[in-house]
Amino acid sequence: MVWTDRLTACDKYRAKAYRVEPVPNTGPGTQTEAQYFAYIAYALDLFEEGSIANLTASIIGNVFGFKPLKALRLEDMRIPVAYLKTFQGPATGIVVERERLDKFGRPLLGATTKPKLGLSGRNYGRVVYEALKGGLDFVKDDENINSQPFMHWRDRFLFVMEAVNRAAAESGEVKGHYLNVTAATMEDMYERAEFAKSLGSNIIMIDLVIGYTAIQSMAKWARRNDMILHLHRAGHGTYTRQKSHGISFRVISKWMRMAGVDHIHAGTVVGKLEGDPSVIAGIYDTLREMHTPRDLQHGLYFDQDWASLRRVMPVASGGIHAGQMHQLIHYLGEDVVLQFGGGTIGHPQGIQAGATANRVALEAMIQARNEGVDIWHEGPEVLAKAARWCSPLRAALDTWKDVTFDYTSTDTVDYVPTPTAA
Amino acid sequence: MNAQPIDPPAPTTSLARLYAESGMAEVLAQLDAELVGLAPVKTRIGEIASLLIVEKARRNLGLTAGAPSLHMCFTGNPGTGKTTVALRMAEILHRLGYIRKNHLVSVTRDDLVGQYIGHTAPKTKDVLKRAMGGVLFIDEAYYLYRPENERDYGQEAIEILLQIMENQREDLVVILAGYRTRMDTFFQSNPGMASRIAHHIDFPDYGADELLAIAERMTARLDYRLDAGAREALREYIALRLARPHFANARSIRNALDRARLRQAGRLFQAALAAGVDAELSAEQLTTIDAADIRASRLFNERPAEAESAH
Amino acid sequence: MRITQGTFSFLPDLTDEQIRAQVEYILQQGWAPSIEFTDDPHPRNTYWELWGLPMFDLKDAAGVLMEVRACRAQYPDHYIKVNAFDSTHGFETLRLSFIVNRPANENGFRLIRQEIDGRALRYTLQSYASDRPSGSRY
Repeated sequence: MVWTDRLTACDKYRAKAYRVEPVPNTGPGTQTEAQYFAYIAYALDLFEEGSIANLTASIIGNVFGFKPLKALRLEDMRIPVAYLKTFQGPATGIVVERERLDKFGRPLLGATTKPKLGLSGRNYGRVVYEALKGGLDFVKDDENINSQPFMHWRDRFLFVMEAVNRAAAESGEVKGHYLNVTAATMEDMYERAEFAKSLGSNIIMIDLVIGYTAIQSMAKWARRNDMILHLHRAGHGTYTRQKSHGISFRVISKWMRMAGVDHIHAGTVVGKLEGDPSVIAGIYDTLREMHTPRDLQHGLYFDQDWASLRRVMPVASGGIHAGQMHQLIHYLGEDVVLQFGGGTIGHPQGIQAGATANRVALEAMIQARNEGVDIWHEGPEVLAKAARWCSPLRAALDTWKDVTFDYTSTDTVDYVPTPTAA
Repeated sequence: MNAQPIDPPAPTTSLARLYAESGMAEVLAQLDAELVGLAPVKTRIGEIASLLIVEKARRNLGLTAGAPSLHMCFTGNPGTGKTTVALRMAEILHRLGYIRKNHLVSVTRDDLVGQYIGHTAPKTKDVLKRAMGGVLFIDEAYYLYRPENERDYGQEAIEILLQIMENQREDLVVILAGYRTRMDTFFQSNPGMASRIAHHIDFPDYGADELLAIAERMTARLDYRLDAGAREALREYIALRLARPHFANARSIRNALDRARLRQAGRLFQAALAAGVDAELSAEQLTTIDAADIRASRLFNERPAEAESAH
Repeated sequence: MRITQGTFSFLPDLTDEQIRAQVEYILQQGWAPSIEFTDDPHPRNTYWELWGLPMFDLKDAAGVLMEVRACRAQYPDHYIKVNAFDSTHGFETLRLSFIVNRPANENGFRLIRQEIDGRALRYTLQSYASDRPSGSRY
């Protein structure tokens, strides 16, 4: 203690580890070195209101680099209601997004424009038009589509909005394209966002790599400008996947709901990207529920009252296709954007057919579920039945019938249900 | 050599199986346990249940087309069990598949008839829609018809009701209920309604012994008991009460018991205050209604003329 | 063209039995069904006409089917949809909305482009139906 500490109520500001527990299946008798959960309480005075930057600087600032620590992972945080209420939360939220889009009762459908590199603005817009006209609700820029030699941002925005509006006229539906406004500076991002607004876009997109403060700024801009804000979690895999070190994506999800994004990529369970079913359930609950009770098997370590902060729409993207529709609805529910990139654009009969296959598969599955069909078991028959009158769906099912990504997840929960004798 | 053509076996159905599958015995047993006496009503319900099972068997063999008319009329004085029987009837109809949901919506004129032009149709339709899939029970149905007032909106409600009763028989069963004589008058003025009622059940008044049995059940259900003196007092009370006007069967008995509970509470309280804070009460004392609790009724002390409305 | 608003527009038009099944689902969830109709299906035309009030406390789909048929009888050439309203906290919004009737000929939308500010465009969508006065559109 230095003498200047004696000038403060320093005990109040110290973090307090109030409980330490061994991690199940680690330590003596196992193949893993002993690991521990430390439950640590911080005083509310430590944190500036409404600032993710300040919150994270306090919690993950230096501690992850301390020499005595071999490894450290932030598993979960309980945010007191008093602090939560200092955050804006999602600019739009699931309910208002659906009311603006006039789309209810089913997951939304999207796709990422492919190939992401090399298409001119004019060619890029063609992909967008075909996918939207075929039946998707949204198409999306990829995380690294910003303003490159093959397609500068204004060109992309103009051609894409022509495609969006033409598709709306052809379908009578509200359609959208996540225009990625990620750029080098806030000034650039605001300029791109303003241009998107002036063209009548209903949604823009940012990447996680722009940083927490920039995300909060864009969330405030989106709230002021009736814009849905889509977040691509570019970069998270560098620190969320390892069980022993880094930050759980649950925590990132919590921060992003507070920061104010409307969409966030959150895993698919069945696709090509990281996603253990229990971990994904915990992340989806964090994004979509008004109250998440402690549930160790889903990686939720605390009860969290969300204080009516709006709900974030999770986005499931990466290696999913129409043939998995029943599994996707089973795992992910209804308030989710299902993004079929390859599953739309790679369709043998073309992009429109790919989009139609996905939309028909989705509507048929929701209809069957509502009628009381057990889609988890009978989903493939529901799809086969719809494929009898919908040839694009038939072709999609034939093309992707054998595509699965059956890898063991690296990020799994530490608590697994113990089988009990019946 | 020509093979004789073999007729396929004629399709068959089993009434006993239908009876067992529908769980009808349980419903009838429940009805029997729930309601004291009412032998003729129980017999009628049994008959109707048999008819419905036979009808179902005939339908299984493709012998009848279309939904049968199941609308009913329950007549009898107040407190004779009409509502309870209607609830069981809904269950019977549901178990046999004549209605899709086991539910009953109970209404009176005020729920159906509006106060001004254009009010009645939506009001009636709203009630009908809520009842659909189950049973609509209209108590004192004759109030729908007010011949003394030419512009009465009740007629509009009756017409909408009739239309649904005729055209959506698979969606709704209507049970009309009320006093026997008034229902008869109502049907005379509304032959359309009369012709759509398939089953009439008359609910007789309870006899003195039945009323006493009802009282015992009610007290037991509320965790009270009548001691020997109270039972005798109640027997006398029932005899006196039956001789008075406005007797409402089980309902009057319930009211009498409510008043007896009030007097018992008063009695316990006075005794307790007199005895002081250390006097403890047993469960026995808290549950027992004694003769004084019954005999305090004015019915025992007044001349008949004074007891017109106060009992 | 075929307007694809609503939850089931990419499927063949729902039969009455299929509509009944969806309404049963709505009632099981505790949501309140309602019926709306319009002759101006512009995607931003949020407020279609109400066919009666939302229906609360229904136990069976028959009542909703009755109203759907009545609405169709009166407006055979209008768009008609069934909505389901959820009053649960955190939702308090529609949870399902699907078209149950549409005109024989759907004439779709005109896309109007106003050239502004260099290469920029301002887009407006107009339903061809709204060229004619209300009541004589379909």
